[in-house]
Amino acid sequence: MTVSIGQQAPDFDLPDTEGRSWSADGAEAPATAVVFTCNHCPYALAWHERIADVARDYAERGVRVLAINSNDADRYPRDSFEAMRNRVRAEDWPMPYLHDAEQTVARAYGAKTTPDVFILDSQRRLQYRGAPDGDHDDPGQQAQWMRSALDALLAGDAPQMPETKPVGCSIKWKP
Amino acid sequence: MAERRTDAALATLRDVSRSPRIELLWWEGCPSTEGALAQLQEILLEFGLGGTPVHKREIRTDAEAAEVGFRGSPTILIDGVDVDAGAEPTDLADPNPLTCRVYRRRDGRISPTPDPDDLREALGRAARVEVTPT
Repeated sequence: MTVSIGQQAPDFDLPDTEGRSWSADGAEAPATAVVFTCNHCPYALAWHERIADVARDYAERGVRVLAINSNDADRYPRDSFEAMRNRVRAEDWPMPYLHDAEQTVARAYGAKTTPDVFILDSQRRLQYRGAPDGDHDDPGQQAQWMRSALDALLAGDAPQMPETKPVGCSIKWKP
Repeated sequence: MAERRTDAALATLRDVSRSPRIELLWWEGCPSTEGALAQLQEILLEFGLGGTPVHKREIRTDAEAAEVGFRGSPTILIDGVDVDAGAEPTDLADPNPLTCRVYRRRDGRISPTPDPDDLREALGRAARVEVTPT
């Protein structure tokens, strides 16, 4: 299953590393960025600070950024819940890190890679899906594709570029 | 960064005495293979080794990975030696090698491909390149 641009994205109820529950349904938020990511992928790691900067820069305007790890931690122990929690506690995370242990959310969204960015409007409709920006190797790009989509939504417009190709490690599905 | 650059990376190449065997080991779930291949070919050209074949080998199983020393995709071996054998940030790498490999560039950035200067250094050693530091 996958979500198309303009469609309402599935809601979810996932725990973060501190035990709080989070939903995609952010009725009070003008936009919610759902970012599938993980601990061990170099693409996810290379883009991480840029995505965190988006969370910091847009928080005042009510935008939520929810990071989700859906990888099979049995085969990839760096993505265990404990490793997620250790990472959040060791680093400065401006966004919650949610655990999709059953991989149901990744499947429902049709997520393919880490990272894979889904930006939802206040009605939970998908308005952007793809990579954070055009080059994992260039921090100067500052997750510009995410920012452009969020700027458009905050201005009441639709993003000019609603879809790009997600780039990163494949999500590690359970057998 | 600049102070970590090596003679090989800064050198004027004077002689390439032999052509090393280059292997690019890859896994299908990682998109880094073509980028790594392009990077390798560019550096081979710098060394005057443009005709040197890069032997690509797909790694499909844990057993294959263990057999050939595959530490994530891509793993580049020059004459059987991993180009980044000592520099991997093991705190970030997953013990399961069937994934993208985590490299750290010389400027500290995380990357899915090796630092080009690490490749130059490894290739310079293997090709027994006589170098003159600039």
